[in-house]
Amino acid sequence: MSASPDPVAAAASRLDEHLREMVDWHFSPATGSPFWLDWARTAGWDPRTDIRTAADLSRFPLFDDDLLRDLPNEVWIPKAYAGRPFFVFETGGTTGMPKQRLSWTDHLHDYTEFSSTLDDAAFPPGSHWLMAGPTGPRRLRLAIEHLAQLRGGSCYFLDLDPRWVKRCIAAGDFAQAEAYKYHVVDQAITILRHRRNIRCLFTTPKILEAMAERTSLPGLGIAGVFCGGTSMTPQTVRFLAEEVLEGVARFVPTYGNTLMGLACSLPLTAANGWSVIYHAPQPRAILRVVDPADPARTVDHGAWGRVELTTLTREFFMPRLLERDEARRTPPSSRFPWDGVADVRPFGAQSGKIIEGVY
Amino acid sequence: MSDAIHLPALRRGVTYRSVDALRLANGAEISQVNSGLIRRDLLRGTAAERPPVRRMIAICREAGARFRSATLPLCEGIQQSPEDFLSQVAATGGLPRTLIRAGMERVAKVLDDMEQILAGLSRGLDPAVIDDGIGQQAGIPVSYHPTTEVLSVVLPSNSPGVNALWLPAIALRTAVAIKPGRDDPWTPWRIIQALLAAGCPAELLSFYPTDHEGSHALLRTAGRSLLFGDAAVAKRYARDPRVEIHGPGHSKVLIGADHADRWRDHLDLLVKSVAANSGRSCINASAIVTHAHADVLAHALAERLGSMRPRDLDDPAADLAGFSNAAAAELIDAAITAGLAEPGAADISATYRAGPRLVVHRGRSYLLPTVIRCTSFDHPLARKEYPFPYCAVVELPQAGMLGRLGPTLVVSALSDDPVWRRQLLASPLIQRLNLGAMATSHVQWDQPHEGNLFEFLYHRRAVQVAA
Repeated sequence: MSASPDPVAAAASRLDEHLREMVDWHFSPATGSPFWLDWARTAGWDPRTDIRTAADLSRFPLFDDDLLRDLPNEVWIPKAYAGRPFFVFETGGTTGMPKQRLSWTDHLHDYTEFSSTLDDAAFPPGSHWLMAGPTGPRRLRLAIEHLAQLRGGSCYFLDLDPRWVKRCIAAGDFAQAEAYKYHVVDQAITILRHRRNIRCLFTTPKILEAMAERTSLPGLGIAGVFCGGTSMTPQTVRFLAEEVLEGVARFVPTYGNTLMGLACSLPLTAANGWSVIYHAPQPRAILRVVDPADPARTVDHGAWGRVELTTLTREFFMPRLLERDEARRTPPSSRFPWDGVADVRPFGAQSGKIIEGVY
Repeated sequence: MSDAIHLPALRRGVTYRSVDALRLANGAEISQVNSGLIRRDLLRGTAAERPPVRRMIAICREAGARFRSATLPLCEGIQQSPEDFLSQVAATGGLPRTLIRAGMERVAKVLDDMEQILAGLSRGLDPAVIDDGIGQQAGIPVSYHPTTEVLSVVLPSNSPGVNALWLPAIALRTAVAIKPGRDDPWTPWRIIQALLAAGCPAELLSFYPTDHEGSHALLRTAGRSLLFGDAAVAKRYARDPRVEIHGPGHSKVLIGADHADRWRDHLDLLVKSVAANSGRSCINASAIVTHAHADVLAHALAERLGSMRPRDLDDPAADLAGFSNAAAAELIDAAITAGLAEPGAADISATYRAGPRLVVHRGRSYLLPTVIRCTSFDHPLARKEYPFPYCAVVELPQAGMLGRLGPTLVVSALSDDPVWRRQLLASPLIQRLNLGAMATSHVQWDQPHEGNLFEFLYHRRAVQVAA
């Protein structure tokens, strides 16, 4: 295939090629998983012949992520990975059984790619990291450590269980939630004060704010902060960059989860109103902004809609999951020549109350 | 003109235009700040200059005059005349200009009369004692220390007049951090501008338009707070002694045995108690409890209130406010209708109006005055409070009234019975007690309102000075 001079067309072509390869892999009896092979037997159509471009993905029904909780994990193992021990990464689970995704090397791959987007001035190679985010059965625990080591440093940790915070808030026990946040922040600041060679930080917006209420993070040597976990309005992003990080340390927001990987943001500027625009790690994942009433339809550039995720790796195939977020669709950028999602916020944030907690 | 208006936040006197903004019903925008910013400001501490109380009283007096009649800064490049102010509050809050003007006057009057108000709240304490922290009162050594540097105020949108409640804090040298109600950011903003113009140190004044999370940050971070909110909001902070809650008032008129036969003499008072300020205040009566004649009283009251109807917001005769949120009006209407399905309640006002309770006038929803005759205080509609002229009429023997009262912000007790008056005076359930023919909505500002603001902001310590 000849390369197109148009970066957008080239990216689309690369995505379609990757999509065909992944569909072939997951629906081939030699390599595919029991779940998708079973599904194809009753679908009445053959994804291997009928899925040629990303637009064809709408032939798949919306993915029901409850299946990741209700079915045994073994049904998701591609035959090519059979017999190899896997990592189990969880999402949800504040009450009841969490949803689980199996991984072998996807989480390492995602963060290796992400590392190449980080500016060495803000995340100096060889410097150490502090991971003050959700730990436990989450991919972040291993992924951040991988990121630190990949960049020549080591990673310090503390424990953070977001499920407990969410339970406290749901029960109206705000004092307990605050006490837990204080406990987490206390540990983070203690480490930063005693290990002065930490220059990079991963945390959530609320923990970041709370840390900066008690100390100057640039003053403790922090040069770059990679943040994720919850949505951030442009005003919150501006506040974090200008005041919490004092306009000194670099702020890099990301949008990611266990099921997708990590979407990078374009550099933040006051000129674009501190709007955070994320681009999926295409071709390994696709983010689409769809009409909530008709999820097959992509909304126009600039319009709001619900975020739909498709994950396309050899380890995991998940077409058309409607995320619990909404966003504005943005056009391709020069750095990421495919659509982006801007100003992500919880779906229905304008109509109902959603608990986000410190996480 | 309103398209160009963007009300910013004010961070200790410094304007701050947020990236996030909310569009109001009149097309104006208002900055929305995040909770972290508020917390960061409050935690910073302040070295603000705090002029003596007597100087602050003079500033308040000057601010009252400016609030009432001056053209004041609104936002970058735009000024606000008193007429602009009336139009803006009407457009976003649905309040007729007549009622806004009354609320405006209430605010200005409190600023005018600050000296007497402080004297009332502090029982005549020499203001210099507050400045110095030590002095004498009635020949006894006294010492007071502030309980907080900043009073946060989470405001409602029901009426401009409600802002009068936080004004003494300024005169008491306490910085304020105001979270305006969504439909009326104009009144606190204009008060702040009037105070600045009168010479109030800017660092004492903050204005944070924000969401629920931002309100929470204010309430949890400031040393003292005033919170206006519904029962659910009030419950969340009920155990926090730093928060003074202004929730539903459940204010009532009680008509004793000796006045029950003379109920007609009090009809004007009853109408005013229920319908002043379009029934939007916590000091409006939501129940009338009478020893006798409840049926005929309910009919007479419903007939009188039946003359209230939606009018244009600039109509001098307008006395009924609309709802800026149509869905809220629909929910209230549905709740009343559902309550009527339970035996023991009748909508007396239905007899005196031609159509439904919920009407639309010039695109805005209105709920028409509603008098419900309940046969028992146990009926769900007997203890409801809604932000429009709504009232339940219940008949109870005088001897049984106090036992069934429940927490009540204002009681207007129509009785000359000295024994019953003593019982009412002894009741811990009543926050404000009007003895005699006085509407529940009658407020003397030198009296405490749901707590004494001076005692909330200053604590008396023991002091002993060696000779």
